Amino acid sequence: MATAFWSVNVIQHPRCERPSIASRKPSSAFLGSTLKLRFNPPSRSNFGFSETLRKSSPISAISDVFEEKKQKSASSSSSLLITKEEGLEVYEDMVLGRCFEDMCAQMYYRGKMFGFVHLYNGQEAVSTGFIKLLKKEDCVVSTYRDHVHALSKGVPAREVMSELFGKTTGCCRGQGGSMHMFSKEHNVLGGFAFIGEGIPVATGAAFTSKYRKEALNEADCDHVTLAFFGDGTCNNGQFYECLNMAALWKLPIVFVVENNLWAIGMSHLRSTSDPEIWKKGPAFGMPGVHVDGMDVLKVREVAKEAIGRARRGEGPTLVECETYRFRGHSLADPDELRDPAEKAHYAARDPITALKKYMIENNLAKEGEFKAIDKKIDEIVEDSVEFADESPQPSRSQLLENVFADPKGFGIGPDGRYRCEDPKFTEGTAHV
Amino acid sequence: MAATFQGLGAAAALSLSGSFDPNRLHLPCRRSLSVTRLSFVVRLEERIVSGSNLPPRRAQQLVSKAVATKADAASASTASKPGHELLLFEALREGLEEEMDRDPQVCVMGEDVGHYGGSYKVTKGLADKFGDLRVLDTPIAENAFTGMGIGAAMTGLRPVVEGMNMGFLLLAFNQISNNCGMLHYTSGGQFKIPIVIRGPGGVGRQLGAEHSQRLESYFQSIPGIQMVACSTPYNAKGLMKAAIRSENPVILFEHVLLYNLKERIPDEEYVLNLEEAEMVRPGEHITILTYSRMRYHVMQAAKTLVNKGYDPEVIDIRSLKPFDLYTIGNSVKKTHRVLIVEECMRTGGIGASLTAAITENFHDYLDAPIMCLSSQDVPTPYAGTLENWTVVQPAQIVTAVEQLCQ
Repeated sequence: MATAFWSVNVIQHPRCERPSIASRKPSSAFLGSTLKLRFNPPSRSNFGFSETLRKSSPISAISDVFEEKKQKSASSSSSLLITKEEGLEVYEDMVLGRCFEDMCAQMYYRGKMFGFVHLYNGQEAVSTGFIKLLKKEDCVVSTYRDHVHALSKGVPAREVMSELFGKTTGCCRGQGGSMHMFSKEHNVLGGFAFIGEGIPVATGAAFTSKYRKEALNEADCDHVTLAFFGDGTCNNGQFYECLNMAALWKLPIVFVVENNLWAIGMSHLRSTSDPEIWKKGPAFGMPGVHVDGMDVLKVREVAKEAIGRARRGEGPTLVECETYRFRGHSLADPDELRDPAEKAHYAARDPITALKKYMIENNLAKEGEFKAIDKKIDEIVEDSVEFADESPQPSRSQLLENVFADPKGFGIGPDGRYRCEDPKFTEGTAHV
Repeated sequence: MAATFQGLGAAAALSLSGSFDPNRLHLPCRRSLSVTRLSFVVRLEERIVSGSNLPPRRAQQLVSKAVATKADAASASTASKPGHELLLFEALREGLEEEMDRDPQVCVMGEDVGHYGGSYKVTKGLADKFGDLRVLDTPIAENAFTGMGIGAAMTGLRPVVEGMNMGFLLLAFNQISNNCGMLHYTSGGQFKIPIVIRGPGGVGRQLGAEHSQRLESYFQSIPGIQMVACSTPYNAKGLMKAAIRSENPVILFEHVLLYNLKERIPDEEYVLNLEEAEMVRPGEHITILTYSRMRYHVMQAAKTLVNKGYDPEVIDIRSLKPFDLYTIGNSVKKTHRVLIVEECMRTGGIGASLTAAITENFHDYLDAPIMCLSSQDVPTPYAGTLENWTVVQPAQIVTAVEQLCQ
């Protein structure tokens, strides 16, 4: 469904056919050979670059890496996209995500957690594909669907489960909850309840990285930030404002759109004038890439390129991952609007089974190894539930802690002392 | 030497026009003891805030910092008075520049702060000195660049975000309310957000309704932020520095009409306390609480009141959130009558909160109901006459005092 201006080759984009959502053509073959990465040739000046944009001829350029890969894969059939260790690591991470989310659902229906809980089933390839390529100092910013992002980044399952149960041992001491997962140690900057409000925060983290490099002269600072958000967010002003600023200042950030087609009950096609989100990148001067988000290996390839770009200081990338959530928007969502045929179609493309199939077919690992990983993850998740169950609830004194980094912000009381110096203040018996 | 000070002090007790009285020096902020080099003799008796009825801890700081005089050296130099004179926006700039020199992580973000020098010239010259990255000209996207400032603060920088006009920060309300105030709490204390959000607000000279907004009332409920309002060059510089050094997110309210106030401020470095109120004029009959521009309307009314035989105590509350209940309380206990004069709207304004706080805490000390003079609940009209009637004028203050003191 290319328009007159853009006649760029990209993988077949079945979702642009508006009439029927159900008649989805199967996407390209599992291996990522048909993926083209579009980006601006680095040698052009700004002026030349904007000229290119206005031309109506296709400006797609294929990344050198991909050219090489294509040639390699054409010549030798034994070059694989992943090694055994990486494959098992990726598999383990995706199974952890899936298993954890299933356990969350169980716990929710047993009354152990409350409120809004948004599960990530089906989208694991995106989280694992991107986050497993990051270093510890790189930052991740997410939305309310953030359990698996936190887990992939390295936050222990125990801490995430405790946080969901609202216990003091949670990663945010029970004060954040499902939608606000933070970890300073692992550089998870949240966890935001309103869509779009995390994107500027991610832009700020990327700005700090650039600032450290250029203003503070820490020459080796190449921290990258990933901002994850959904298709609904791509109609929000903050998204566009940040695309502009990130491209303007060449911030080391990757904008990852998890396009799962639905914003609660609003279909992406019903709410967006041009549903192809990747196209919005070049409008701001950054590459826009579309990738099959149900295939972790393809996501990983694109992620490598995008993160590499950011690390080299070449600026941001917009990556649209076509993915799907197997469950409803949240555990309170009856999920009646979505067509069962659509759900079945994507269930057949489950990223975990697909990766397993690929690895077995290419003799990277045996069934037994996968079973061992499954068992290990089961134990980890069950242990996290036990830990969370046994952890204490927050005490009254925790209510007023952490409101201010400097608690003098509570002010000077009538007796002339700072309120926070009153021992009864944090016991919860002082009147605020 | 002490005698000279004494004489000066007595004569210059009333400061109506914002000119600086060197004997009204403020105490160094507790947290900045290592930096402040206070070298004036500190007068205890004159300052109610720093007076003898202080709890021991403050007095201790006083004594330890009182060093023998600079006055001798000053009189020997060519300047007739110590310190240097400047306008309020220059004081803000000085504070900002000193902090940027001191800590390379302090950076400025805002519209036209860099090459243009700031629409009110607060950041003039800073981009040349510190570069385009440290004084960042942003596109017109308040929500996004305020959020960017918050993200930068979470990851280690200390940004100062400028709203070209406070009213524009309404566009950043999502970020200020949800992220700025809350993230320290929802992250369980893991991330701190040492951001300063500043800008000029208030009713100006016929700027129209949307450029004349007072956002302090809208922001005051947000948990986790502190709000301060500056009113003189002296406290502008001090509060700017304190806000930047604070680990909490601070919103610094400036006023469009006060940028050209001139005052003599000390040469030495000083940082004020964010949570303290300022005693402008000690008195006996009535406590008048005010902040920002209304301070000057109050002082003008005070002249008339003094001529009529009243002795008003004027306190510039400065800290809009949290309130300095100690200074206010001491004053209420002394005078038993309170008048609040503010530029906020009547409904849900700072005055409303202050009235509630005083009633809750000091009800027994009041001889009359608290009176609150605020702006009319009206979008500020363009016409000059109408605009004058929306804000509180000195004549109304005089009438109110007379009414309360009957």
